[in-house]
Amino acid sequence: MTGNAPFLVVGVIFLLGLYAILTERNLIKIAIGISLLEASANLLLIVLGYRTGGSVPIFTLAGDVGTMVLPTPQALTLTAIVIGLATSALLLSLVMLLYRHYGTLDVREIRRLRG
Amino acid sequence: MNPLSVVVRTICDIFAWFLGIFGAYVIIHGHISPGGGFQGGAVVATMAALLLVAYGGKKVLSFVRPGIYTGMEATGLLVFITAGFLGIGTTFFYNFLAGQGGLFGSVVPLGPNSGILNSAGTISLMNMAVGLEVVSGLSLILIYMFKGIRLFEGREGRSERGHDR
Amino acid sequence: MNWQMHLPALALAVPLLGAFLSLVVGLGGRYLRNAWMVCVSIATTAICIMLLQRVLAGGTMVYVMGAESWNFTLPSGLSWPIRIIIQVDAFSAFMAATSSIAALAGAFFSLRFMDKFTGLEKFSALYFLLVTGMLGMQITGDLFNFFVFLEIASVASFGLIAFWRDRPEAVEASFKYMVVSTVSAMFVLIAVGFLYGRYNAVNIAAVARMLHMGYAEKIALVFLVVSLAMKSGAVPMHMWTPDAYAEAPAGVTCLLVAVSQASLYGLFRVCFTLYGVTAGSVVIPWTIIIMGVLSMFIGVTMAVIQKEMKRLMAYHSVSQIGYILLALGVGLLSLKDPQAMADYGFTAMKGGIFHILNYTMYKGLLFLSAGAVFYSAGTRDLNELGGLARNMPQTTFMFVIAAAAIAGLPPFNGFVSKLLIYQTTFAVYPLLAVAALVTSVLTLASFVKVFQTAFLGPARKTFEKVVEVPASMLLGMAVLTLVIVVLTLFPGWTLSHLVEPAAKALIDQSGYISAVMGGGL
Repeated sequence: MTGNAPFLVVGVIFLLGLYAILTERNLIKIAIGISLLEASANLLLIVLGYRTGGSVPIFTLAGDVGTMVLPTPQALTLTAIVIGLATSALLLSLVMLLYRHYGTLDVREIRRLRG
Repeated sequence: MNPLSVVVRTICDIFAWFLGIFGAYVIIHGHISPGGGFQGGAVVATMAALLLVAYGGKKVLSFVRPGIYTGMEATGLLVFITAGFLGIGTTFFYNFLAGQGGLFGSVVPLGPNSGILNSAGTISLMNMAVGLEVVSGLSLILIYMFKGIRLFEGREGRSERGHDR
Repeated sequence: MNWQMHLPALALAVPLLGAFLSLVVGLGGRYLRNAWMVCVSIATTAICIMLLQRVLAGGTMVYVMGAESWNFTLPSGLSWPIRIIIQVDAFSAFMAATSSIAALAGAFFSLRFMDKFTGLEKFSALYFLLVTGMLGMQITGDLFNFFVFLEIASVASFGLIAFWRDRPEAVEASFKYMVVSTVSAMFVLIAVGFLYGRYNAVNIAAVARMLHMGYAEKIALVFLVVSLAMKSGAVPMHMWTPDAYAEAPAGVTCLLVAVSQASLYGLFRVCFTLYGVTAGSVVIPWTIIIMGVLSMFIGVTMAVIQKEMKRLMAYHSVSQIGYILLALGVGLLSLKDPQAMADYGFTAMKGGIFHILNYTMYKGLLFLSAGAVFYSAGTRDLNELGGLARNMPQTTFMFVIAAAAIAGLPPFNGFVSKLLIYQTTFAVYPLLAVAALVTSVLTLASFVKVFQTAFLGPARKTFEKVVEVPASMLLGMAVLTLVIVVLTLFPGWTLSHLVEPAAKALIDQSGYISAVMGGGL
């Protein structure tokens, strides 16, 4: 059961992020929700690669230890982090531009496009 | 944003060098230790944030020109894709330098060893290119965002040219 | 070694090089930058068409990045598919060729359309980055790289939609698109994580070979279907489509249409190749069919009441996506049953895939002609436009061709694909065909309205000085018009030589797997 605890954390973070995106009215909080989703996805990948008792997957240690955690999910996570960084930077820039145009961060007032 | 106190500025003076050196270390050792171009580049780019916070925008922007960063960014990207194209004798991105001797191509003996720095062929070259690109890209993002904050203060946003509707 | 071996990699490398060098070439002034944009676009399109030709002649191509073989063999003899591979079968190549033509037209159009704005070297860099992401999604053979290319395309398109950053509407549209698209990309990543956790592989062929249905696979399937339908603009999540399509510069909108096709490609690749018959023959196919019908109907009814030209067309693209979903949903429905597949399923898929090609061409042309009207007349509001056929005869001519094609008037290519869809959906459930027909009639009605109000009618004083758009913009539109005319004149040849191999490749799951894995694993 304790082995599944990380997955539970992933689920909780994921739901928190989704909740923030769906219900929050502040653009910055929506951006935080998206970051939470990214964090949960990254955590999921890392947790999937963990092997009980495994050590860091560095070549210089090969042979000294029996099991290593999987390096592939870590590479995937790094890629996802890089992408997440680009998305967050762009998201926050857009929030800044929106604030400049509308003078508010409330999504209820940023509604020039509809119908 | 105004400059912070002399304590902060002095600490910034000291730590900015370590940031640069540590970032460069992470970039160069990317192929034999955790880390690489992106991670090291992000560390170095923190320098820009530190300087902006400690010294204030006016001073930093007076000697940092975004054009330099754009040039660095383009150089990094071009080195990366050129290294990819040069491998096309076999396949795209083929590591044609590995195991050939010379600066990037030391042959690594099989089995555990303490790590040979000049061994990974195009991988370390690409790490450096990516590092250069990330340093300049992240610094540019920080600088532009900082300029964006200043736009609110003076209502300078309207004077932006070229984007007429 | 034959250089054509490298075509799959070149299809990604050339636009990527184009994007990176744009920043440098942009220093050389306007003419150099425009020439660079034209050269790279033409090269990309040529590569994609050669790729299609080669794949149709010689079967599925597999390309491994950075090594000779797809697997990694340890000294212990264990081999495992961990390399980054590109796998191009007939369906991928068909999609890549289709979208690269749209990208070419958009690039030609953008040369003059964007001329009066600054920051154009960044525009062309983002444009080619978007092309790279789109082509990458269509030809990759690896689930995680699909996610990476999805995000490359998304990030580039956020930048392009908000390119007119002093327009509040454009920034708002971009933000909306960004929230929807980032959430769906995270869903894709989590689904990829689930599949990786089960099978220790992200290679599509390897996962498809080992796949057997369990809870993790069901969750992954639902996540993938929901998120990719969201990205392609099908109905429950279509609200970003009209905003983003209407506010982006016209050349970019033409490309965004092709990018939404890439998401659809991902959806079908997952349903047909990754899961295949194990996806079940009730829930997922019917979900896709119902999404398709709702998209068709809601999209077109929303379009009829629009007053702004590009927004109206954007709602139509929601409804056209519905046709494709409907047709391929019928194909998926009959995947398990060879008899049903022979009776109507395969024809439905041919109709759907032909519709992808048709839709990309005429929708791109419609958006470009709306952009041309906006460029010359300065407005997109249908209440203000009128009588433009006198001033802009060529644009009007091409608009009429595209409008007739989208409405499915008999000689045009839109009619052929729609007819195939009507016939086959009728065999499944007659009401579906009725919905498709009603949608088609409403489409015709709303385009008659656009044609009537914008191009016909008395000449207006405000538009006296309006002239035809510059030649390079007309050239961009002419590329798409030419393709539509060719498709109209030779529908039989297209169906048998381009569409049928693509449809066959899509249902041939074991062929896709064995092209990579061979007898291994």
